[in-house]
This record gives sequence, C-alpha cells and structure tokens, in this order.
Amino acid sequence: MDAAELHNVTVSGPEDGQPLVFAHGFGCDQHMWRHVAPRFERTHRVIRFDYVGAGGSKAEFDPDKYATLEGYASDVLEVVHGLGLRDAVLVGHSVSSMIGALAQVTDPEPFGGLVMVGPSPRYVDDPPYVGGFDEPAIRGLLDALRSNYLGWSASMAPMIVGNAERPELGEELTASFCRMDPEIAATFAGATFLSDHRDVLPRVSVPTLVLQCRDDVIAPVSVGEYVAATVPQAELVLLDATGHCPNLSHPDETVEAIADFLQKQPVG
Amino acid sequence: MPRVRASDAFQAALQADDPVELYERAPCGYLSTDADGRIVKANRTFLTLTGYRLDEIVDRLFAELLTPGGRIFDQTHLMPMLRMQGEAREIALDLVTADGQVLPVLLNATLNTPNGGPALIRIAIFDATERRRYERELVEAKERAEASERHARALARTLQQTLIPAEPPHIPGLDTAVRYRPSGDGTQVGGDFYDVYPIGNGAWGVLLGDVCGKGPDAAVVTALARNTVRALSVLHDDPAEVLGRLNEVLIRYDVERFCTVVLAVLRPAGPNWQVTLSVGGHPPPVLVGGDAPPRTLVRRGPLVGVFASAQYADDTVVLHPGETLVVYTDGVTEARGPDGDYYGEERLLTTLASSDVLPRMLVEGLVADAVAWQGPVTRDDIAVVAVGVPRPG
Repeated sequence: MDAAELHNVTVSGPEDGQPLVFAHGFGCDQHMWRHVAPRFERTHRVIRFDYVGAGGSKAEFDPDKYATLEGYASDVLEVVHGLGLRDAVLVGHSVSSMIGALAQVTDPEPFGGLVMVGPSPRYVDDPPYVGGFDEPAIRGLLDALRSNYLGWSASMAPMIVGNAERPELGEELTASFCRMDPEIAATFAGATFLSDHRDVLPRVSVPTLVLQCRDDVIAPVSVGEYVAATVPQAELVLLDATGHCPNLSHPDETVEAIADFLQKQPVG
Repeated sequence: MPRVRASDAFQAALQADDPVELYERAPCGYLSTDADGRIVKANRTFLTLTGYRLDEIVDRLFAELLTPGGRIFDQTHLMPMLRMQGEAREIALDLVTADGQVLPVLLNATLNTPNGGPALIRIAIFDATERRRYERELVEAKERAEASERHARALARTLQQTLIPAEPPHIPGLDTAVRYRPSGDGTQVGGDFYDVYPIGNGAWGVLLGDVCGKGPDAAVVTALARNTVRALSVLHDDPAEVLGRLNEVLIRYDVERFCTVVLAVLRPAGPNWQVTLSVGGHPPPVLVGGDAPPRTLVRRGPLVGVFASAQYADDTVVLHPGETLVVYTDGVTEARGPDGDYYGEERLLTTLASSDVLPRMLVEGLVADAVAWQGPVTRDDIAVVAVGVPRPG
C-alpha cells in the first residue's frame, strides 16, 4: 500500500500548482478543511489526508510510534515524499501546527512555508509560561474521551443521525466524523496535550503564518503570540473569529489570511 | 358525564400549559448560545441544576462552564460536529457548578438557523450523575476483564513455552531434529507438545502429542500429559503401559479434553537402535531410509483420555544406520490446500521419499511443504520430530 492510500490522501487542483498540504487536528478528520481547502483548488495543488485512526486512514496503529508527535510528523513526511512535493506549504490546524513544525525541522527540503491555525507548543502551564491547562485537566480530557466512547466503540453507526438540512455530509462521513477508536484517541490526546515542543519553534526555517482566534479556550492569544515571537520568520494574524476552529466557523476570514500569506511568499 | 368533564378539563389544561412555564420548568436544562457557543439564554431548570444566576452566565462561552478537559472535548469534537452535522447526541461532559462542584451531564445539541437568521445552538442538558457512576463501573469492569484476559494469555504462552523445550533435544549417538510452528498469527496457544528425555541405561523417550483445542485450558492439560508421561516412564518400560496410565489420569482429571500421543522408547543395540512404539489416536509414525520407500508404522490405538477401557499396544522396529523415524502432528496431514483438500498421508510419504534422510533437512522440508500447501496463515500447530541413526563415518 502506498503512502497516499495508507493515509487516505486526496489531491485536487492543478498539478503544477504550489502544493498546499492541509493537516487536520485532534478530534476529527480531513473534512475539517472542507470549507477552506476547495477555495485554493484553482491556484494550488491541494492535498488533504487523515491521521491514523481518523476518517479513512488505513495506517496501522502502533502505540509506541504514536505516543509522540514525531510519529505523526513522520506520516506527514511520508505523504509529502510519496507525492514528491517541493516548496509545499503545510497548513496545520491545532496540534498539526506542531506536527508540521516537527516535519519541517526534521526535513526542511520539501517545505516552503507553514501555516499554523491555533497552535500551542505546550498546553500545560510551566511558569512563567502559561499554556492554559494543568495536568489534572488533561486527565479530565482523557476521561471525557473515555465516557464519550462508551457507546461508540462497539456499535457506532446508529448513534448520530445525519441532518437533512446539511446534505453536504454523506451518511458515510456522518458515521465516521469525529469518531476514533478510544485507544487511538487517548494516545493522540496524550501525545498532543502532554507534550512540550517549545524547543522546536526556534528551529523552524521557513516563513510561518500564525492564525490566532479570539476567545480560543484551547490555544489562548498569549500562546499564539508566544509562537509568533519564537518562530524566526513568523507573522501573527489575529482573526475576528472566536473558538478553536476558524476553518469551520469563519472559513472566509481563514481563507483570506492564508491567501494573503501565500501571495507574499516568493514561489521557489 | 362527570368523567368526561374531568377528562376535557385535563386536556384543556394541557393545551393551555403556559409555553413559558413549559420552557422554564422543563424536565431538563435548556441553553441557547450563538454559533460560537456564547450563552444567550438559559431556562430555570438549568439554573437550579448548576446554581448560577442568569446574569452570571449570559455572554459567557458554554465551554467556560465545563471542566478544562471537557472544554477541549467541546472544541475538538462537539463544536465541529455541530458545524458539520447540525447536531450531536448523548455527549457526556462535566459542568462546573456555581459552587465549584463537578456535575456530570448528558447533552443533546442542535445548530439551527431559525427563519434564515443567525445560527444558534440549542442544548438540552440532563443530570447524569448516577448514570455516569454506573458507566464508570462498567468501563472499569471491562478494563479489568481485558487485563485478566491479557494476563491469562501471557500465562498460557509462558506455560506453552515450558512445554516446548527451548533447546533442540540431543540424544548421544542419534541425529535429532525438531520443528514446531504455532498456528495463525502466534497469539493463540496451541495444543501440540513434545519431549525428549533420558530414561536410564542409555534409553531415551521421544514423546509427541496434541491436546484437542487451544487456549489456557488446553495448555493445562498439555502440561499434565507431558509431565505424567515423564513420571510414568520411570516406572514402566513399555510405552503401551505408559499410555494406558496416562489415559486413566486424563479421565480422572475432570476436564473435557483428550489428546493424541505417540511415545517411542529408543534403546541402543550395537550399531542399531531398538525402538518400542505406542500410538494413542495419533497419526502413525513413518520410517524413512534403507532400501524400502518411506512407510508408516504400528497400529493406531484409541484417543487418550476418552474411554476408560482403552487398550494400547507396543510395536517394535529396529532403526538401522541411515534410517530415520519421523513423528508429526495432524497439523501436517490435516492441513487443507486452497481447494479444501487435506495434505494427507500419501503426500506426506511422497514428500519424505524425495527428501533428504538427514533429520534436520527432512524436518525443515516437510514443514515448509505443509505450510506451502495451505498458505502462510496456518490453521493448526505443526510439530515434527525426527530421530535418525547416522551412517558410520
């Protein structure tokens, strides 16, 4: 099985366009980009994929590999190399901002830029650094995951019914969206929320856009500012959007900010 | 007539139930938020449940009323589901009440755009304290059960490792080779076992058996059979006697498991070895080498551990230099090919006829052929033991 099939890669847009790789965050899958990614299909080669356990990924779950974000970054590199991308801009939502940074630092060759949507290099407070959470909070998340997968793991299908007002979501997607095997979800949550990648940020060597929402309870504005101040070639854009998922809640503003950033970069 | 009047009055009262009361005192908490999750409205049931005053929560994000872990879940799961699917059901979260207590709740939520206006989210909230406690107990019980299963598997595997000697056996003056291949992906504990042990006065016992079934139970019976044969071999010279006693032991051991066994006792006799053999329900041993083609040996006695009246017989054969005795389990002969055909005794004899007489080569060749016949994921364990008298020089 090649990398594209393994990671459920979808490719659209002109083949000679600059590659934009959209990486989803913890929780759902590549459909998180459905209001944003298609808007670049006229100008860019648009690539989406699923992480292990999410959406249509066929990657085998290896608890050791996926216990750290490096495991996910190696999958990103697999996708990027599998398609032979050059000068790619990786657009990462939430934890994928750090996964993208890790991938870029590990292998700078294929990357021309990074877009970080709601990044946080460390979620747990480490005074004077404020991440916004303490360790018991993260354990509470694992608990919430456990409670919410109770009825989902064995027979998930009938639990959530599609919405006739939103035919955009097919039945198949409805059945898999935001659902993940509890063991995989807990591993991903641990890798995401208990990790510290502050030391990676200064080593990022490509132009980077940090997109920060207001009232983001997961990645507060101060964290976005920290990231933008620590990555050498970073630019911070504070969106009017609130919450943690501007790609879903405020796609226009998100698209505009990314397009502005791309326009400023010399295409290599 | 009075009955009808009462019913009418009841219906009328229901119809007239004040919609405001119906909202405020509904048997569940109601929250309305804007599309970002900012609270606009809450009913009285919600306020009673959580102890907040309305003005304390209006304009705050719903996520802020959750535990920090729940906040992440809200943002990474609930909100995306609402945006993408328009609704989410039976979401378990913990609210933090006005006095700082944690209140487990179950909630359903919908995202609506009434009359084409701005989108709003409606959330119905149920106290789930008892239910959550019960669910936790279930989850814990499930985790305990899974841990026990892992433990049992590990124990059974350890047990089986003790039943399959780690070192290839060595009998002075004989060439000995063994190959054991567990079935499937290797996580199952199979029932095949073998043993090679000294009996005294230069004699050796070679035991190969197969307990029916798999798993920890089978492993226990395997251990019992193997150790019983070793102990009995000290007391009884002839294999038939040993099998007869083993039969009694297994019948008295109150487990519905039986086994097939072949036991050979080898004694040096000048340049040759004298072999006394007894078979209980097991595929017949084969003699390879010499002038004749490979041939099966001895009468097949009954299964061991089934019939109290079972009788076993001994057969004797002389193993000359250049001859090899081969014993195997039914993982070889009952392997099924792609069309469902058994590997069978005839194919076994044909394979052995064209194979090297050297035990090591012979065993490897036979196992490889049986695996090739059925494909790499084998259905049963395969065990083969070969003992040969080397040619002088």
